[in-house]
Amino acid sequence: MPSTFDTVANIIAETCDIPRDTITPESHAIDDLGIDSLDFLDIAFAIDKAFGIKLPLEQWTQEVNDGKATTEQYFVLKNLCARIDDLVAAKGK
Amino acid sequence: MRLEYFQLIDRIIDLNLNDLTIRVEANVPTDSTIFEGHFPGRPLMPGVLLVEAMAQASGWLIIGRTRFKKMPFLAALKEVKLRTFVTPGQALLVSAKIMHEGSGFAITEAEVKVDGKMVCNADITFRVVDFPPGDFASHMHEVSKRIAFPMESVNHG
Repeated sequence: MPSTFDTVANIIAETCDIPRDTITPESHAIDDLGIDSLDFLDIAFAIDKAFGIKLPLEQWTQEVNDGKATTEQYFVLKNLCARIDDLVAAKGK
Repeated sequence: MRLEYFQLIDRIIDLNLNDLTIRVEANVPTDSTIFEGHFPGRPLMPGVLLVEAMAQASGWLIIGRTRFKKMPFLAALKEVKLRTFVTPGQALLVSAKIMHEGSGFAITEAEVKVDGKMVCNADITFRVVDFPPGDFASHMHEVSKRIAFPMESVNHG
């Protein structure tokens, strides 16, 4: 079974036509990979489907806009994957 | 339809918030200034307006789903297929189904049929946001009356 990171990296590579080998756990989806908000909707859709969750993008955006969180907390891929794992675990409870 | 006013749908026939589907009537007018240019001597319903009709039908479905709390804005189109010409006077049946509800976005599959035959279809992505401030929400309520939006399905669904 692929890791969360592998699944997410493959989704990003396919959705945004980004070479898979340039995507690392340290990559920032926006700052490093240049993914814009519209492309991120496609990624969120694919992640929602792949993991059976609903990424809370509205909540995250609000927290960033309010200064309560940084984009790194949600959009650096290793952090994004940790959030996904949390959402998957919460779903099973 | 009143193409010049971007009124692409005429009447909601059915809104099912359990199945997340909508069906809408949309009658292509026999006369419109748009047909003077598209095309002289060969009037055709522009494909982009067929897409807009699918987007508007999908949009009313999403508005119903969010109980008039959120406004969908067209964000992306995929797998758009304009399968045959649509001409003045034809009666369109526009259908849409919500395929995914994300956080702040939704994806629908929509199609248009004429006499039971599919003439176009698309996968449509919308950003779904709070209604913009001002008169926007009240304007949409006004439009909902014109297209016979079944408010009871929102109030009791």
